[in-house]
Amino acid sequence: MLSNIGNLLIFFTVVTSLLVIFKSSKLILSSANSISKNIYQLSILQSTFSIMSFVVLVIGFVISDFSLITVFQNSHTTKPLIYKISGTWGNHEGSLLLWINVLTIFSYLFLVFSKKFNNEFRLGTIITQNFLLLGFLAFLLFNSNPFSYIFPVPLEGLGLNPILQDPALAIHPPLLYVGFVGSSIYFSAAISSLFTNFGGKQFALSIKPWVIISWVFQTLGILVGSIWAYYELGWGGFWFWDPVENASLMPWFVMTALMHSLIVLEKRGTLYNWVVIMCLTTFTLTVTGTFLVRSGILNSVHTFANDPSRGLFILMFLSVMILFSIITFLKKFKLQNYLIETQSKETLILLNNWIMIFFLATILIGTVYPIFTEVLINSKISVGPPFYNTILIPVVIPILFLMAVAPRVGWIKAKFSISYYSLLVVLFALLINFLIQKAFKSYSWYSNLIIISSIFLIIYTLIDLFRGNFKKDLNNRLSRIISHLGFGLLIFFIGINHTLTIEKDFNLKVGETKNFLNYQIKFKSLDLEEKKNYKAVVGNFEILNKMKKKSEKLTPEIRIYDRPETITYEASIKSNISHDLYLTMSNIQRTEFYNIKFQEKPFMIWIWVSVILIALGGITKVFRNESNT
Amino acid sequence: MNRILKYISILSLPIFILLIFFLALERENQYTTKNLVGKKIQDFELKSLNQENFINQESLIGNNYTLINFWASWCAPCREENSALIKIKNQLGLKILGINFKDKKNHAKNFLKDYGNPYYTIGIDKDGTTSVNFGVFGIPESILIDKNFIILKKFIGPIEEEDFMEIKNIINK
Amino acid sequence: MKNFLLQLFFLLFVNNALLCMEKNDQELKIFKNLRCLICQGQSVADSNSDFAQTIKLVVKDKLKDGKSENEIYDFLVSKYGEWIVYKPQMNKTNFILWASPYLILISGLILFFYLMRKRHK
Repeated sequence: MLSNIGNLLIFFTVVTSLLVIFKSSKLILSSANSISKNIYQLSILQSTFSIMSFVVLVIGFVISDFSLITVFQNSHTTKPLIYKISGTWGNHEGSLLLWINVLTIFSYLFLVFSKKFNNEFRLGTIITQNFLLLGFLAFLLFNSNPFSYIFPVPLEGLGLNPILQDPALAIHPPLLYVGFVGSSIYFSAAISSLFTNFGGKQFALSIKPWVIISWVFQTLGILVGSIWAYYELGWGGFWFWDPVENASLMPWFVMTALMHSLIVLEKRGTLYNWVVIMCLTTFTLTVTGTFLVRSGILNSVHTFANDPSRGLFILMFLSVMILFSIITFLKKFKLQNYLIETQSKETLILLNNWIMIFFLATILIGTVYPIFTEVLINSKISVGPPFYNTILIPVVIPILFLMAVAPRVGWIKAKFSISYYSLLVVLFALLINFLIQKAFKSYSWYSNLIIISSIFLIIYTLIDLFRGNFKKDLNNRLSRIISHLGFGLLIFFIGINHTLTIEKDFNLKVGETKNFLNYQIKFKSLDLEEKKNYKAVVGNFEILNKMKKKSEKLTPEIRIYDRPETITYEASIKSNISHDLYLTMSNIQRTEFYNIKFQEKPFMIWIWVSVILIALGGITKVFRNESNT
Repeated sequence: MNRILKYISILSLPIFILLIFFLALERENQYTTKNLVGKKIQDFELKSLNQENFINQESLIGNNYTLINFWASWCAPCREENSALIKIKNQLGLKILGINFKDKKNHAKNFLKDYGNPYYTIGIDKDGTTSVNFGVFGIPESILIDKNFIILKKFIGPIEEEDFMEIKNIINK
Repeated sequence: MKNFLLQLFFLLFVNNALLCMEKNDQELKIFKNLRCLICQGQSVADSNSDFAQTIKLVVKDKLKDGKSENEIYDFLVSKYGEWIVYKPQMNKTNFILWASPYLILISGLILFFYLMRKRHK
C-alpha cells in the first residue's frame, strides 16, 4: 500500500520535473521576458510531491510497515519513536530521498528568491537543476528505491545499527545534505550563466546567498558529525581524516574559497572564470564524495550496505556531469582581462583561494591515492591522520597571518608595509603564548608556531572590531570578524587541546585502583542495566585529581544491543569550561580485566564553540543580505 | 586541430581518474596478507600443548608440505573447520601443525577431545605474538608451506571444500 | 626579537627533558599510526579487539628490545602489508602522494605571480 503511494509520488515528481524542463526550454526559445506562472506552480507541485513521498516513507518507519524492504532492513518495532523517524534517513535509500527533497525545495526557493535577475539565466538554472534531479530520481527508481516491497511481509524488522541510535542522527545528515545539495544551485547557476552570458556582478549577487547558506549548513553539519564521533566512537578525538569526513570537508574548502572570490567578482567585476570553475567544482566534489562513500570502495567508519551497482550508477552520473561541465566551460570560455595589482586585496584573496585549493588537493589526493595504488600496482595502502597533519599543518600558519592582515588591505592598489603595529601584535601573541606555557607545560616549537599565529589572528581581529568608526561600518565587517575570530579560536583551542591532552590506557579489574601523574582512578563496581533496546554493563569509576583535590564520578558503558546484535562502547564524558574528562571501558575477551582509556582534554567545548562562531559569521551575513534587499 | 588538442589534453586527466574509479569498482575489497606468499616463514619457538618440550621450525623438517593452522577453542568457525582438517589429514596425508591461539590449555584439550585432533603436533601461542610473525590477523587462518618453508598459500577463514581441492592440487603436483 | 630568542632557547631546552620522560607517548603514537585490520576505520590504539591487543603486545616487546619506531613499522609492513600503517611510508610509489600537494601549491603560486608580473608590464 505505502509502496504504491510512494512510487506514485516519485513518478509524479519525475513527470513535473520533465514538464519544468519542457516549459522552461520553450520559454527560453521564445525569448519571453517573464517567467510564466505555471513554472512556479509546477515547481511547488514538484516539491510537494517529493516531500509527500518522504512523509510516506517516514510513516512507513513509524508504523513499522515491513512490506517496505528499507523499513524491514533498518527498523524494528521495539525501537524508540525518535529513532524510527530519524532511521528514515539512516540508510542509503531513505537518505537519497531526503537528498532529492532538499534538491526540489532548493530549486523552488531559488526560483522565488531570484526574481530580480535575468529570466533567461533563472530558467537555465532551473533546467540544469531539474536535469540533476532527474539523474538522482533515476538512481532512486532503478537502483535504490526506498519503496520496493517485500513479499511475504516479514513480522519483524532487522533493526537499526546501534551506533545510529542516537539523537545526532536526527540532525547530522539533514544539515550536511542541505550543505551538499545547496551547492547544486550554484553548479546549475554556473552552467546557466555560461550558456546565457550572464556574468559579472549580477551573477555574483545571484549566487551569493546560496553559497553562504550551503557553507553555513556544511559547517554545522561537519560540527555535529565531529561531536557525534567524539562521544560515540570512543577514542576521544573528533577528526580522524576518515574518507567520509574528507568527503564533507572537500566541498567546504571550495565553498570557502568561492565565498571570498565572490566578493572580488561583486566588487571588482573580475575573476568570473575562476568563480565559475569553483561553482562547478563544489558540486562535482559533493557527488564524488557520495560516490566514494556509497560505492564502498574505501574503508570507512560510515558503512552503507555495499552494492557495486550503486557505485556504478553514481560514477556514470558523475562522469556525465564532469565531462559536460568541462566541455561547456571550454566552449564558452572567454579570456577576461585581469587587471589586478600585486599589492591589493584581490591578490590576497586569490592567495587565500590558492591555499584553500591546496588543502582541497591534499585531501583529495590522500583520499583517492589508495584507490590508484590498488588499481595500478595492486598494493593497498592507508593514508591516515599522520599524512594529513604533516602536509597540512605547516600551511595553516601562513593562512592565519593572511586572514589577519588581508581584510585591512585596500582594493585595487594598496601598499604593503610591515607596520610597527603588526610587530606589536606579534610580540603580544608571543607573550600570551609564553604565559600559556608557564601556566601549563611546555610543548614543541611547532605547536608554538601554530598557537602564536592563531593568537595573532585573534588579537588582530579583535582590534579590527573596535577600530575606526565603531558603529557606522561595523555592519560591513561584522560577519567576517566573527568568522575569522572563530577560525583563530578554533586553531588556538585545537592546538592547546592537542598538545595538552593527557591520555592513559591501562587494564583494570573491578575494585582495583590506578595511579598516575596527579590522578587516581578507582574502578569501584559494575552494574547491569536493562533498557528497552539494549542491555548495559555500567562501570562505576571515581577519578581523583590529587592536585586539585577534586573527584568526579564517571560511568562508561558496554552496551549489548539485540537488534541487530551488536556491542558498543559508550564513553562517559564530564565536560566543563576548562576541560573534558573522557573515559571508556571495554572488556578484554576471556579475562576478567577491562581495558580503560582515560583522557583529560583541555578546552574541548571551546572547539565546538569556535566552529559555531565560524558558522555564525555566515548566518549574520545571510540576514544582513536579506535586510539590504 | 589546435582546439581538439586542447580539449584532449584538458579532458585526459579527469577521464583517467574516472577510469581508475571504474576499475576500482571491480576490485575485491577483502583484505588479505597475500604479500607473504613466496616468502620463507620466520623461525619460531612455541611450547607444546601435549608435551613439555618446545616445538620450532625443526619439527617441520622432513615434511614435503605442511599446513600450519591457527585455531582456538573459543572460535566458532574453528569448530566447523575441524572436520575439514581431519579430512585433509586422512585423505591427503598432509601434516598439519596446529598453533593454539590465545587459549586456555584445558579448553584446548577438551576441544580436541570433543571434535577430534587433526594435528600431528601443536604449539601454544599464549599471547598471540608469534602469530604476528606469520601475518595472522584473525583466526582461523592457515598457511601451506613446502619443504623449504616457503609459503605457498594463505587461507583466511575456515578451510572449506574448495580449499581442500586446491590443497590437493598443490601437493599432488 | 630578544624575547623570541629567549623563548626558543627555553623551548629547546625543555623539550629534551620531555623527550626522555614520555616513553608511554611513543607507544601511543605508534598504536595510533597502526590500522586495526579487522575493524572499521579504527586504529590499534582505539580498538580493543584481539588483533589490536596482540599488536600492542608485539609493539611493546619490540620497544623493549630497543627497536626503533621505523623498524617496528617495517616489521609490521613486511607481515601485513602497507595497509597497516596510517602514515604511508616514503618510497617510490608513495612519492607522488607526499610530493604532489606541495608541487600543486608551489606551481600555483609561481604561475600566479608570473601572470601578475606579465600583466604589470
